[in-house]
Formats: sequence, C-alpha cells, structure tokens
Amino acid sequence: MRHGRYPFIVGFLAAPVLLYVVFVVSPYIQAFYISLTNWKGISANPQFIGLENYSNLLNDEVFWAAVRHHGVLLLVMPLVTIVIALFFSFLLNVGGGQRGGQMAGVWGSKVYRVIFFLPQVLAVAIVGALFQAIYRPDETGVINGLLGKVGIDPVGWLIDPNIALLAIIAVMVWQAVGFYVVLFSAGMSTIPKDVFEAAALDGAGRFTLFFKITLPLLWDTMQVAWVYLGIAAFDAFALVQVLSVDRGGPDNSTTVLPLEIWRTAFSFSKFGYASAMGVALFFMTITFAALTLRVTRRERIEF
Amino acid sequence: MVTKSSSAGRPAKRKNPLGIFGTMSHLALVIWAILIIGPILWTFLASFKTNTEIFGDPLALPASFGWDAWGRAWEKAHIGQYMLNTVFVVACSTAATMLLGSMAAYVLARYTFPGNRLIYFLFVSGMTFPVFLALVPLFFVVKNLGLLDTHLGVILVYTAYSLPFTVFFLSAFFKTLPTSVAEAAMMDGCSHTRTFFQIMVPMAKPGLISITIFNILGQWNQYLLPIVLLSGNVENKWLITQGVANISTSAGYEADWPGMFAALSIAIIPVMFIYIIFQRQIQSGLTSGAVK
Repeated sequence: MRHGRYPFIVGFLAAPVLLYVVFVVSPYIQAFYISLTNWKGISANPQFIGLENYSNLLNDEVFWAAVRHHGVLLLVMPLVTIVIALFFSFLLNVGGGQRGGQMAGVWGSKVYRVIFFLPQVLAVAIVGALFQAIYRPDETGVINGLLGKVGIDPVGWLIDPNIALLAIIAVMVWQAVGFYVVLFSAGMSTIPKDVFEAAALDGAGRFTLFFKITLPLLWDTMQVAWVYLGIAAFDAFALVQVLSVDRGGPDNSTTVLPLEIWRTAFSFSKFGYASAMGVALFFMTITFAALTLRVTRRERIEF
Repeated sequence: MVTKSSSAGRPAKRKNPLGIFGTMSHLALVIWAILIIGPILWTFLASFKTNTEIFGDPLALPASFGWDAWGRAWEKAHIGQYMLNTVFVVACSTAATMLLGSMAAYVLARYTFPGNRLIYFLFVSGMTFPVFLALVPLFFVVKNLGLLDTHLGVILVYTAYSLPFTVFFLSAFFKTLPTSVAEAAMMDGCSHTRTFFQIMVPMAKPGLISITIFNILGQWNQYLLPIVLLSGNVENKWLITQGVANISTSAGYEADWPGMFAALSIAIIPVMFIYIIFQRQIQSGLTSGAVK
C-alpha cells in the first residue's frame, strides 16, 4: 500500500504479541523443560534428570487414580449431558409439532431455554460452594432432607468414596446441559424446516423425526459437543477442589490431574514433577481430541 | 403425527395422538427447571435463616426475613471488598483484552506481511493447550516480574489468556467487513490508525459486544488464576470466587452459615442480573465460541 504501513503493523502488534509471548507462549515452552528437572523449591537449583519424573509417574498411585477418574468422567459426563440436552433441545425446537404450518417447540420453550442456560453463567467455584450445602451428609442437606421425608436414610454423597465422583459428575451435568441445549438448538435451526414438515406430512411421529432426521443431521454439532465435554472432563479443577472433601478425597476417590498438578506444585513445591503431570495431561487432551475427530468422522450430509 | 393446521398465524387446535408423550415431555422440562432454580432459590432463602433453622428442616421457610447475614457477609467476610476487587480487575483486563485483541485481530485479518500466518497460528494455538500445563512456569514468570500478589499481575495474565479466542473470533469478524469503506477513508487521507479507531471499530460493534460479554463472564468466573497468582498473605486483594470458595471450605469450623449463604447470594445476584438482561447475546456469544 503506502507509507506508514509497516510502522502501523508493528505498532499494533507489538503490545499484544509481547504480552502473549511472555505470559502464554513462554510458560508453555518452559513447562516441557521443567518437567525434565528435579526442581523442588525456589532456592534449590534445578537439575536435569531426563525422564525420571515420567518413570515416577508410572508408579504413582495417585496419578493413576486421577487418570482413572478422567476415564470415568470421559465416559459418563459427556454421554449423560448429550442425551439430556438432545432430548430437551428436540422438545424445545420441534417437539411441539406443526403450528401455523411450521414446526415449533413445546409451549413455553423460550422460558425453559433461559432457565436451563442459567447455571452456565455461574462461576464453577460458586456452584461448588452451593452444592456443598445441597449434598450435606445429614438431614440438613437439601437432598437428604427430601429423602428423609419419604423415609430414606441420609446418603453420604461426598463422603462415600463409591459415589463421591458420581455426585460431582452430576453437578457438571447440571451446569452443562443448558449450554448444549442452546448449541443443539442452533444446530437444529440450520436443518431446513421443510425436511421436518415433509416427514411430518408423510406421517412420521416424533420418534421417527428424532432418530431418523434430527440425529443424523445433527452429527457435526454433536461431534463438537463431544470434544468440548471431553476437554471439560480433563479440566474439572474448581469443582473438585471446592466440592470434594479433603480436596480430591475421600481417599483420593475424586481427585483429577489438574488438582494434583496444583497441589504438587503449590503445596509440595515439586515443580518438576507437577510439570511432568502437566505434560501428561497435555498429551491426553490432544490424543482425545484427535481420536474423537477421527472416530466420529462420517460422511457429511449436505443440505 | 400432526394434523394439518387450519390457518397460518393462529395456532390451530389439534388433537395430539401422542398426548402421553406431550405430558411426559412437559413434566421432564418442568422437573429440570425446578432442579436449576431450586438450589439457587434455596440458597437465597437460607441466607435469611438462623443457624438453628439451617440445621433444622432444610425445606422450611425462614421464620423472619432480616438482612443481618447479608451485612455480615458484606462487611465481616469482606465480600464487598472482593466484589470491588473483582469489578476493578475484570474492568481493566476486559478493556485491555478488547483493545489489544481487536488491534491484533485487525492487523492479522486485513494486512498481508511476512509472518502474518505465523503470528495468527501462535495466537490460535493458545486455545487448544490446557492452562494447567503452563501453571508452574507462569507462576514464576509473574513472580520474577515482581507482579505476584498484585492486581496488575492478574490483569496482565487474564488479558494474555483471553487473547487467543478474542483474536480468533475478531479476525474472522474483521474479514467479513467490506473493504470499500476503509479504502475510501484511506483515499481521503485517513491514517491507518484513525481508519481503525473511527471506521473499523464502529463497524465491528456487534462482534465486539458479544466477545466483550464473553470475556467479562469468563474473567469474572475465573478461579484457578487468582488462587495461584494471589496466593500469598494478601486476603484484602482476593477476588470474589476465591473469597466465596474459601468461606465455604472453612464454614465447617465457623458458625456463621447464614453468612455463607448470604455471601453466595451476593456473588450470584450480579451475574444473574447481567444474564437476564443480556441472555440473548450471552447465549449466542458463548455458543458461537463453541462452534469453531
């Protein structure tokens, strides 16, 4: 173009790039190196120890417990969330049948959409604090209070190692469903209405509409949802940190890798080891995303 | 199976052969709505209870409605202070994110120069990496700059970590804007910088608004970064999520349960308020973020 172009480009990029390189890029790169050292504290000089941190990880029971919990989270959380969200978004978009010649959602669908999405805007730390009171193990907790009315003994939602993780997953689902209802609704709105209308005129019931039309045409959106929920399953830090007893307990029955990274680094000052966990988490996340995109790849339906 | 509607405009009365399905689906929707609203409403109510009432029937209503617990949470538990801190930090970092992010996005979207793609991918790749990987070095970067336990440190880090998505979203947005207006302005002798601030930014307003809301919510709800970056003995600098989480994890030993529920309510109310006003923009902003 003309004069002043390069000074302008440099002027506009300098500050954002500098900030980004200092606080984002350089830490990511350093993490890989730190994971190869035995850095334990601020005073001690870090020594290069190669892959020792990684071989220690392989024998670390807590690490494997955390990995197992990510496995459970990956299986249960996205599946439950997607099934519930699909069901609701179908109801809210086409479940009302034909109205005025157009497919419509059930009565009051706008209000439901506003309510369902609400937990999404609440901070995870605050949701955790809220559910701590709801899950209280005696009759003063909301759920146990309700159960008490029908004569069921209090359940130790968060203090029973067998169900603590599931109780936390339920909160994640509670918070996530609204987001995916909106996401799937957006996906459904791109499906041409006349596809539904033609099928409805041909006598297709709601079940046929759902399984034969909505589901296949929504495949792309569901794939995005699965990747997002999967990545959320690798995160789950704030909820476990605030909600679980003894931060990851009881007996490490709810711990996750981010929590172990945070604790190993900032409670035990084992920075090298924490970074090795970070690298493990990084590869798990990337592998998951790559696998999901490959496995779920299908022929695109053009419309 | 649906009967044909009689006329457009007025919903036709129709007999639904799947009546049971209709009733069941409404039941499911109502139950889920109660599951969402119930816990939040219960928190508000619990803030008006006394300690004895809280340890009684959890479903009973409070005997009287007084604001003592709210006052205690605001003053003694410093929720007011945390709230002000958070407003300050989020206002600064969102402003910085929007300014720096839109500048970078604009240049990357509309100018060709060597290294353009490289810088763009450098920014975008930041969206895919888990922040936990960077946690340890980040702590020391901030520490070595002397910014640990300061709000400035938190603001810079929030801004830096908000840039990837902001740049990604806005550069796509700037690409869709017509080039003719900017070219005409340049013909008239407008400088590059002036063209950006006086012509491109106003044109990009819809995109800027939705990404601003996205950043405000994200930074307001941030929890990990404050507990790492404000981890020293600086309780007066804490942010709201940090403060609430701390009250709730230590509430077992202290006696003030109504105060804790009041603190939770105080933290929830402003967000609910913003959500109800902007729910359209928030829903579209957040979901457009998901569909990359």
